[in-house]
Amino acid sequence: MAEPILLEMNGIEKNFPGVRALDNVHLDLRAGEVHALLGENGAGKSTLIKVLGGIYKKDGGEIIINGEKATINDVKDAEKYGISIIHQEIVLVPEMTITDNIYLGKELGPAVRISRAEMQKTTQELLDSFEMGLSATDKISSLNIAQQQMIEIIRATFSDAKIIVMDEPTSSLSDKEVDALFETVRKLTAQGIGIIYISHRMSELDVIADRVSVYRDGKYVATRVVKETSIDELVALMVGRQVDNYYTRDYNACDEVILEVKNLTNKKVKNVSFQLRKGEILGFAGLVGAGRTETMRAIFGMDAKESGEIWVEGKKVEIKSSKDAMAAGFGLVPESRREEGIFPSMSIKFNETIKVLEKFITIRGVNRRKEDEIADRYMKDLSVRAPGTHALVGNLSGGNQQKVVLASWLATNPKILILDEPTRGIDVGAKAEIYAIMNELVNNGVSIIMVSSELPEVIGMCDRVVVMRSGEISAVLDRTEADQVTIMKNAVNI
Amino acid sequence: MTKVKNSENNVRLGTNPVIAFLKRNGGILIGFLILCVVVQINTPKFLTWNNIVGVLRQISTNLYVACAITMILIAGGIDLSAGAVISLSSVVVATCLVNYGLPIPLAILAALAIGCIAGLINGTLIYKTGLPPFIVTYSVQCICQGIAYVWTGAQPIRLTDRNFIFLGTGFVFGVIPMPLIYLAVVIFFVWYILNRTKLGRHIYAVGGNEKAAEFSGVNIKRVRWFVYAFSGTMAALSGVVLTARMYSGQPAVGAGGEMDAIAAVVLGGTSMGGGRGTIGGTIIGALLIGVMNNGLNLAGVDSYWQMVAKGFIILIAVYVDFIKQGKRLRA
Repeated sequence: MAEPILLEMNGIEKNFPGVRALDNVHLDLRAGEVHALLGENGAGKSTLIKVLGGIYKKDGGEIIINGEKATINDVKDAEKYGISIIHQEIVLVPEMTITDNIYLGKELGPAVRISRAEMQKTTQELLDSFEMGLSATDKISSLNIAQQQMIEIIRATFSDAKIIVMDEPTSSLSDKEVDALFETVRKLTAQGIGIIYISHRMSELDVIADRVSVYRDGKYVATRVVKETSIDELVALMVGRQVDNYYTRDYNACDEVILEVKNLTNKKVKNVSFQLRKGEILGFAGLVGAGRTETMRAIFGMDAKESGEIWVEGKKVEIKSSKDAMAAGFGLVPESRREEGIFPSMSIKFNETIKVLEKFITIRGVNRRKEDEIADRYMKDLSVRAPGTHALVGNLSGGNQQKVVLASWLATNPKILILDEPTRGIDVGAKAEIYAIMNELVNNGVSIIMVSSELPEVIGMCDRVVVMRSGEISAVLDRTEADQVTIMKNAVNI
Repeated sequence: MTKVKNSENNVRLGTNPVIAFLKRNGGILIGFLILCVVVQINTPKFLTWNNIVGVLRQISTNLYVACAITMILIAGGIDLSAGAVISLSSVVVATCLVNYGLPIPLAILAALAIGCIAGLINGTLIYKTGLPPFIVTYSVQCICQGIAYVWTGAQPIRLTDRNFIFLGTGFVFGVIPMPLIYLAVVIFFVWYILNRTKLGRHIYAVGGNEKAAEFSGVNIKRVRWFVYAFSGTMAALSGVVLTARMYSGQPAVGAGGEMDAIAAVVLGGTSMGGGRGTIGGTIIGALLIGVMNNGLNLAGVDSYWQMVAKGFIILIAVYVDFIKQGKRLRA
């Protein structure tokens, strides 16, 4: 590959309060190549792209474009350097024609003197050059998703883009549409345009990418030529970390069954039956929409059950509301922390104690000492980092917010704790802390159900793994048989 | 991403209640004091016993409703039906006394019950239909106001019962107006609920994040029922007191009453978005509106201009609070 280097990003740093999002990150892109970015969620790919696109301002490092140092402070600067980002969500105006969308925002530039007919002619030529089989006067709303994506790409090339970033462009496309997209990508690279390509589909890399750079926890790991590497090597680079250090787990569950769910059925889930043992972490894996969260909501009394029984410690319990569930010894840390977990405008103290008010509020009033005792204790136990229990939860980092939610449930002394995506969107350090807390809880006889879409976490933390598919349980795997391949096989429809 | 910062503003559950109160309501308190000084300089009649008592009596009927609406706003709702419920209960208590000759306690009870029922209807509809409280309570407002007119043919009902009239115009120990006695009870009750009970915490929780409250085992339906039923009852109390003060049941006496109450609540720093607010703030908010009206009256300003002035004051005061809040929580 003797092509010149179009773009070089060296030593890029980006800090958010409490999180180092990018730490000495590197990326280089040659003219005419497709360069894929790989990494788990939170690895720093999208932050890096936002720095390049001028959405975030970098805290350190340099960006070199065509051999010259570039200053990118906002989106306009990025456009000036010929950088165009095609986001996952399409940002065209549906009720306008293709021509209007292509020229959108350029009406006031040199194009202002161009007549409408000329605009349409140019657009038509562009469409034809990409063999789109569309008319310049078609409305965007009449196109399918792939065609719309194509229009976005055409728009990018029309504004003289030299570097095009595609953020998961194939996530909503069918196989045929993906082929068409790749065809377009090849045309672009033939013109010497460099493409940065973000995708979670590893199998696409072989087909489309020339090189691939791997990122992990905000750090640059390595760059490989696609033809000279393997999926296994890339995964190893992506995961990278020593699994033993990250996940804390002593396995000492006993055989005693604390929870048995029998044939739980409602609109979203069918015939879900499983057992949870005392001191066990039971994982729930599956694709998004497989019915895992819905199962937990039904158990917890948030959604109605059509049929099915719940037995806790050998006794059948009737759960019609979250209050019933709490009385039966359940706790549930919900999936979306901001929407369902925290009271952002309230203090840590309020958040931690809202579920155990009866412990300190009686007819005679509020026992402030008791209240402070509870709040202080759990804030300390879970090492919530904040100036004090009076701090507003909305001002804390995601990891600390999650700890507050967890604290509020621990205050209720639950026998069975359901954690729905407990580490979603929190930084690596806080994740490890949450894992350590989970381990301590099960050592103290609490039983945990963990719903998670992060397979490494499921494999690293769970005694057994329940896999769900289309609202049903498709497999229950023991720790020894639960690996990524087996779980995924059971999670997808074959 | 947000940063942990010292939030000295978060004092609702702080330790020293006096300092907490001053910190929380400092801005509007200063505004209120400045207003008092200006009015006093302008018309020295302001700080006389008679005038002060007059102002307090004026604002008390607004405050019954405002205290209740404080709870509704904290719980993330709104009640537009209060004004119409004031009117309806005024009509109810008057007809019960005049047309049906019921004893005073029964007539009052009937009016309060009507208010309570209107509130329960609000709460139930909001919970069952999932419609926005704005729409539900506005509809109930129309219905109640309509009934009040239909019932009376839009005519006032004259009252002569001296004992009943005493309840609105009389004085205890010859100095404290009766409406202020009820007001003290209402304020204490609302303060106690909000600050000393589980229900109070639940009200803040529902307004702070309804879904999180549901996950936390809070009975949202019960919270809704309580705040709306209480609001209806307080509107009815307001209607009864106004009826006694004006010697007549008036089918339009409460018109706009809900807005006066909401204005006082919002001036007092309660958030329209829910989860935030105090009874102390509402009291100052109502006092501010009351003193402003009184000052303009004493200065002989036309009542239509008073409306213009009220609009500006609310706008400025709430905007200042909004700015302050933006600094407090940027999440």
